[in-house]
Amino acid sequence: MSAAPESALGTITLAGAWRCLLGILWREALRFVHQRTRFISALVRPLVWLFIFAAGFRSVLGVSIIPPYETYILYDEYIVPGLIAMIQLFNGMQSSLSMVYDREMGSMRVLLTSPMPRWYLLTARLLAGTLLSLPQVYVFLLIARFWGIEPPPLGYVTVLPALVLSGLMLGALGLLLSSAIRQLENFAGVMNFVIFPMFFASSALYPLWKVEEASPLLRDVCGFNPFTYAVELVRFMLYGQIDTQSLLLVIGFAVVFLGGAILAYDPARGLIARVRGPGGGG
Amino acid sequence: MLPAAETDALTVAGLSHRIGGREILSEIEIAVPAGRFTVLLGQNGAGKTTLFSLVTRLYGAQSGAIRVFGRDLGAEPGRALALMGVVFQQRALDPDLSARQNLRYHAALHGMPGRVARSRIAAELERVGLAQEADRKIRSFSGGEMRRIEIARALLHEPRLLLCDEATVGLDIRSRAAILADVRGLVRDRGLTVLWATHLIDEVEAGDPTIILHRGRILRQGPAAAIISDLGADGLQGAFRQLTEAA
Repeated sequence: MSAAPESALGTITLAGAWRCLLGILWREALRFVHQRTRFISALVRPLVWLFIFAAGFRSVLGVSIIPPYETYILYDEYIVPGLIAMIQLFNGMQSSLSMVYDREMGSMRVLLTSPMPRWYLLTARLLAGTLLSLPQVYVFLLIARFWGIEPPPLGYVTVLPALVLSGLMLGALGLLLSSAIRQLENFAGVMNFVIFPMFFASSALYPLWKVEEASPLLRDVCGFNPFTYAVELVRFMLYGQIDTQSLLLVIGFAVVFLGGAILAYDPARGLIARVRGPGGGG
Repeated sequence: MLPAAETDALTVAGLSHRIGGREILSEIEIAVPAGRFTVLLGQNGAGKTTLFSLVTRLYGAQSGAIRVFGRDLGAEPGRALALMGVVFQQRALDPDLSARQNLRYHAALHGMPGRVARSRIAAELERVGLAQEADRKIRSFSGGEMRRIEIARALLHEPRLLLCDEATVGLDIRSRAAILADVRGLVRDRGLTVLWATHLIDEVEAGDPTIILHRGRILRQGPAAAIISDLGADGLQGAFRQLTEAA
């Protein structure tokens, strides 16, 4: 009996890896397009903060001259980088939810039985989620411009690397969390214990010096929060400047979170293999 | 440890696995001959799905070795996985995508060039009789059709070993028979190796190499007819009962 010839894909080629990456991007984009409400809610959330919360605070809370701003600014201008990071935070957690959904639906098995290395598959998935957050951010920035928030025109370009880095960091955190979340129902816990604390205990809503005036302890908490550095990185790069500390910390956190996720999804060492199995069965 | 014959498509040696302190598989030693339809027979909970999860590297092996056509799964996972196609017990299709899109995604995960993928997708969907339905969303297909799509997908990258984990479970009698006949046809016509996990004894034919798995242990392996005659049973049902009751 003659067996079929050995697959030429036995050896992973660069071209094959590239096609795999494109396939993952394509599939995530397709799912994103199918979930129109996801796009709308991703936009509505920060816009509500901008149009209602920030508008209300504008009259009582101006922000004095602090880098990267060269003049006094209104509160709604201050809050925009935080809202951009909020879009990315929710997007990262949405990716985490999507991983858990895939595990429950069995689609994760298809991904993880690919001959491509698992770290590569997870990184491709992370990259896909990050790229999908970019149009959401730019549409938000466009609407914000009509609202009078006008960063320098070049800022729309210089902020792009910050968006990619912060998207990768928050997406990697989502990926790491997805390895520990067993069921979709547990996602409410992520909202309560990850998204809200990260957003509120950061520089998204108030400058850190103002937080320190209110509570030095809270200032320290904000200082340990990776989200703070994502916000600051976006804030500075939106105005064409680099905050080196934020840049290095965002890269560092991204590497740590992604490393943790790769370890957690590793079939030999991962948490999920011990608990339930990456495909969700057993 | 069993000697790995050159003709073995899959060999598993000294494989044990624990989940949460409970031993699910114990010292598994199996050899799946190339170009044959081999049945992994066991009741629900016997450890079939765990064994499949280890062979497909969804779980990492805690001990022992798994080789696919001589490729060590631990040392060369990419090469070993490229030689396998898998139909999981749990449906693993994206319900919001069409049949074609699901297959295209699989092709990309295996790094297949676009032109090759398109041609293979068309050929496999044609083979399973769903070429006309290629652009329908998965959620609109029946259970039997979804299984056919999953088989088409598993064969897309032209694997040499097809693993089917309870592929007929939950299907009506006609769909079950059609899928079983289709997969047996692949062995006959293409020389494909199949490892078919099932708890349904009527899916086993006398000449099939058969592995009986019970409570995580291999009780017997060999041609079904030889197992029956060795035990002096009146059929595989009786032989299976004798083995599992004695275990």
